[in-house]
Amino acid sequence: MIISVASGKGGTGKTLIATSLALSLKDIEKVQLLDCDVEEPNDHVFLKPEITSSRAVSLLIPKVDEDKCTYCGKCAQVCAYNAIAVLGNHVLTFAQLCHGCGACSYLCPEKAISEESRETGIVESGHIDGLSFIQGKLTVGEAMPGPVIRKVKEYADNDDSTVIIDVPPGTSCPVVEAVKGSDFCLLVTEPTPFGLNDLTLAVETVRELGIPCGVVLNRAGVGDNKVEGYCKKESLPILLTIPLDTDIARLYSRGIPLVEGLPQWRDGFLELFDKIKASIDERNRNTER
Amino acid sequence: MKEIVILSGKGGTGKTTIVGSFAALAKRKVLADCDVDAADLHLLLSPSERKQSEFWSGQIAHIDKDLCNECGLCQEICRFNAIKDFKVDPVSCEGCGFCSHVCPVEAITMQENMSGYWFISDTKYGPLVHARLGIAQENSGKLVAAVRQQARQIAGERNLDYVISDGPPGIGCPVISSLSGASLALLVTEPTLSGMHDLERVFGVCQHFGVPAMVCINKYDLNEENTWQIESNCLSQGVKIAGKIPFDNVVTEAIVHGVPVVEYSRNGVSQQIDALWGTVLQSLNH
Repeated sequence: MIISVASGKGGTGKTLIATSLALSLKDIEKVQLLDCDVEEPNDHVFLKPEITSSRAVSLLIPKVDEDKCTYCGKCAQVCAYNAIAVLGNHVLTFAQLCHGCGACSYLCPEKAISEESRETGIVESGHIDGLSFIQGKLTVGEAMPGPVIRKVKEYADNDDSTVIIDVPPGTSCPVVEAVKGSDFCLLVTEPTPFGLNDLTLAVETVRELGIPCGVVLNRAGVGDNKVEGYCKKESLPILLTIPLDTDIARLYSRGIPLVEGLPQWRDGFLELFDKIKASIDERNRNTER
Repeated sequence: MKEIVILSGKGGTGKTTIVGSFAALAKRKVLADCDVDAADLHLLLSPSERKQSEFWSGQIAHIDKDLCNECGLCQEICRFNAIKDFKVDPVSCEGCGFCSHVCPVEAITMQENMSGYWFISDTKYGPLVHARLGIAQENSGKLVAAVRQQARQIAGERNLDYVISDGPPGIGCPVISSLSGASLALLVTEPTLSGMHDLERVFGVCQHFGVPAMVCINKYDLNEENTWQIESNCLSQGVKIAGKIPFDNVVTEAIVHGVPVVEYSRNGVSQQIDALWGTVLQSLNH
């Protein structure tokens, strides 16, 4: 089973939920936590994992053999990203713009383009007390998180484990990349107009992907009650509510997972997991029918 | 004309609260919401829309079923696994067009993709350029670039002094697109270990692109030890602390009322944001 933890708005508590859910489950189930927020991965700050392996994430970018090149311009003509240009008797490549699609090397009539790899991030794996942990890190200055997220997700072993994915904020392609293939998506929000606006967008994105979702309401009591109203209207279940509490905020600030600092929350997370399972089972029953 | 962008790395540290307040404090400026996939600034500024424009960006492969002979070459060469069973998954398609070039029966065409809208609105604080990325669309930074372009154009036409941009979280394409060529980046952080970790990375992006940066510590009293750590890290890297804002629920109350906090209350938070804008202004005109 794959459960992703997303939010729309940043800073609503995805990392708090993903880490505490993983820690609560790890004594009962085999759990993998995948940090797919590769631009700003934070799970490791809370879990302090022992990293046992690290692999580079690379894109294949063109390398032009000018001895073979006839400057016909085919490569520049097929590149959708303006990452290769032919100017007179020169071929210029712009590595930062290249998506690594491979069209230029394949279509070069002179076979003058080979490919070399360019590192844009890394994937690290390790563990914390029996919890399996994988995270991606986009290299600072690089623009494209997609390939790093895809590489992190290759580690997902959902036949054998419960996989929890910490998703980047927002509603665009990196979110879709991270959430795609999940059995359930938890949407973490806060009861403010910003939280509600971004929740609405996140719900649209997850529904577009056809993935069932439920809401975690964090910092309850801080703003207004419009998020509850919206959830009711949209038949979105609120699966867990965490109040605005300075103790929780202080633990968070020190990088201490909620269920470690306040172990009484563990039952709440186990209950959350049961609700998710029940929701997935019900959906499966409905599709069988 | 000077352009300042507010960034944070980590989401939810208070970028929009600060930009909303700057909107009320700054004179002769254009506001730009560059967080196009979860835009919130309009919720504080009550804009009335003056112009709406479709944003077309990139392409998506389309297979003509009648022409396709199901040879499978497109599926084989696509590195984004965007074609399965001779159908294109628009979410995975990166628009590279490789498939359209290799299809032996020319069954694949590339079609333009409408990925969102941008708007020019009037607010009581001045013009606002904002956008809405279509659901599950690629945020390549192009829509952000369009928003900035419009904001700069308005600033030029009306001879305004500042463009103030609310940036997206993270460090990837939309952040780079919001940042490149700006006069100053104000990095809003919070004294949490994750906020500090993310600040480090977004500061790295500013250095990479040669944009000067200043730091604002929001909710600084949540963990004073971490605040001290941020201050000392900034000092050692020669980064100025432009302001420190205490935690106060009045910030959320202002959001609920849909107004910038400096207009909602005149307490400590608002005074600190006043001072922050003063420092930023001084630095911009230095």
